[in-house]
Amino acid sequence: MAERRLMSGNEAVALGALDAGCARGTGYPGTPSTEILENFDAIGGNAEWAPNEKVAAEVALGVAFAGVYALTTMKHVGLNVAADVLFTAAYSGVSGALVFAVADDPGLASSQNEQDTRRLGIAAGVPVIEPSDAQEAYDFTRLAFTLSARWHIPVILRLTTRVCHTTAIVTPSDHKVAPPPAHFVRDIPGRVMIPGHARIKHRELRAKLNEIREWCETDGPNRIIPGSSTGIVSSGVAYLHAREAAPAASFLKLGMSHPLPMRLILSFLKDKTERFVIEENDPYLVEQIRAAGGDVPWNPEPYRMGELTVDRVRRILARDLTPELPPPRGKPPRLCTGCPHGYVFEIFKKHDAIVAGDIGCYTLAALPPLSAMDSQICMGASIGVGLGLRHVLPESEARRVVSVIGDSTFMHSGLTGIAEMVYNPPPTGHVVVVLDNLTTAMTGQQEHPATGRRLNHEPTTRVRIEDVVTALGVPNVLVFDPVRQIAEFETALLKALKSPELTVLVARQPCLLAAGRIRAYEQAAGKGGGQ
Amino acid sequence: MTTTPVSNIRIAGLGGMGIIKSSQILASVLFEAGHDVKKAEVHGMSQRGGSVASDIRFGTEVLSPMIPEGETDYLLVLTEEELVLYRTALRPGGILIGPSLFEKTVLPNKKSLNIAMLGALSHYLSIPNETWTAHILSSFPEKLQAVNLEAFKLGLHAVK
Ligand SMILES: Cc1ncc(C[n+]2csc(CCOP(=O)(O)OP(=O)(O)O)c2C)c(N)n1
Ligand code: SF4
Repeated sequence: MAERRLMSGNEAVALGALDAGCARGTGYPGTPSTEILENFDAIGGNAEWAPNEKVAAEVALGVAFAGVYALTTMKHVGLNVAADVLFTAAYSGVSGALVFAVADDPGLASSQNEQDTRRLGIAAGVPVIEPSDAQEAYDFTRLAFTLSARWHIPVILRLTTRVCHTTAIVTPSDHKVAPPPAHFVRDIPGRVMIPGHARIKHRELRAKLNEIREWCETDGPNRIIPGSSTGIVSSGVAYLHAREAAPAASFLKLGMSHPLPMRLILSFLKDKTERFVIEENDPYLVEQIRAAGGDVPWNPEPYRMGELTVDRVRRILARDLTPELPPPRGKPPRLCTGCPHGYVFEIFKKHDAIVAGDIGCYTLAALPPLSAMDSQICMGASIGVGLGLRHVLPESEARRVVSVIGDSTFMHSGLTGIAEMVYNPPPTGHVVVVLDNLTTAMTGQQEHPATGRRLNHEPTTRVRIEDVVTALGVPNVLVFDPVRQIAEFETALLKALKSPELTVLVARQPCLLAAGRIRAYEQAAGKGGGQ
Repeated sequence: MTTTPVSNIRIAGLGGMGIIKSSQILASVLFEAGHDVKKAEVHGMSQRGGSVASDIRFGTEVLSPMIPEGETDYLLVLTEEELVLYRTALRPGGILIGPSLFEKTVLPNKKSLNIAMLGALSHYLSIPNETWTAHILSSFPEKLQAVNLEAFKLGLHAVK
């Protein structure tokens, strides 16, 4: 028997992928998914950060087209970026295996929304598997690869914050598989999704899903725990809260959320006198079960928001509708004292700039005392939103609009915004400020294409942001150290705001927390700390 | 089905105080002592001095990774200002280990308060001293080992 070990859900996914014979893991950082690939690399897997989730998913699809196993990891909103790949890869299918490990964040510990990945699974028409704890994270990762290989279909492994970041005991399997050699087999009708091919592949996809549904009814990763006449259908970590809240109840614990084993669900519910569905995020299971004629109650609306806990499940089961006490709010995070981002936002504040913002540590500048960011929606939106404001605002206001974006976010989805800016420039021009702190600070200091180091911190070709924007046709491109040259930065910003031309200002200074490590990597690479 | 009793420990403080580190040590010590263990914490933005809390639950079988309200048996809070957040967390008769416990104790290094708190906690858990020592040693680079072992001992004496 393999040795029992303590590991987090994310570590368990990484080990599950390695033991399954995964040839390459790709992804883009995002809480709570980030540590999967970092661990995959640490235990000997072949892992990379891609510029964004769409590219990561495409690389993984290519790996799976070559007949081997691929893993791609992202947070829930990352799947929006990669959705274009997923929806048509569902048609083409894969010859090896392709697993999307997607981590939802109910309760918004570190995200901009609470979207539910199960809905994207059903929309794309791919299986969705949902572990509850670290052991299942290991087992279900392996199962996801097995199903993907058996039905030649991408599979979503849906994780949530508490599954990713809970450490528990895991017994890995002794059965470990080494990646087989990759090999190209031509399949033009299967992989070139022109309408004539895709029509056929869509029928194939629906047929596969029917087969998988039948498999799920009898052999799926679902369990009945017999008990009282109260029947609870549950999945994910919500199942563990519910077991603790109602130890005597009968449970149907679903490990697969799409396609659902509806016959199993209805037969489980049939003889129960009280019925509940306990699920985190959207009322996804409730809707499906009710649509199939199952008599299950809607849970009160507040419970689709925020994380579930044992206490909240107790309230649902007791039909307690009294207002919930808000959980105690701790001290919110703030920019580290001396953070280079702070200097730039002081200038924006001083001149009352209208700041179309983006996502990263610097979003904290939206909070007091700075209160110097006016929008933040999704990665890369700063540039498009800033341009939209510029196009329609009266000139005096338009001239105050600045787009501000971090370096990792710029590589993720800023390039197309710059292309839009030079293609459709507003009459008042525009100013984009790239906050280049030489790392992806927000998610714990990951590398990206503009750091010049790969996931494992080994050197590679560096994308130079100032060269890229120059090549795209931006006439004014200037680089400043926002700490030592803040006066020069201020002068350049004011000049650019007055000018009808397009300007990109790069504020470059390492994140305080990353600076030491960056220096060490550069020394190890023999570069001696140049830019 | 009967529920098996589970013991609940919460370690709380601010980012940078070593909450995650001490909860890792605690979880591995409990695992080695033969318990089922779960440890849950919210990562993400903790580098910037925000509140951090880690729940460690152990027993024969642990289900939910998070401690229900009012069921914490041992509450370790590293900073006075965070205490208010957890007023309702403790079970009646539960044990609070707060920073005031160390007012009279001079720690060899302020940064080892997290380990001193584990020392105090160890008084209540029946885990051999060697297990604690081994896990503290393996969790720190050599130059920090002595300081942390000393802090652990001082913590234990503070409650004895
Ligand atoms: C589509 C998507 N992927 C990932 C994330 C998680 N995320 C938010 S911002 C960010 C990058 C932040 O890096 P950077 O722009 O360099 O700013 P910094 O934190 O370094 O200031 C990441 C990975 C997200 N919110 N959306
Ligand atoms: S982690 Fe780095 S980028 Fe983030 S606030 Fe601190 S210094 Fe600034």
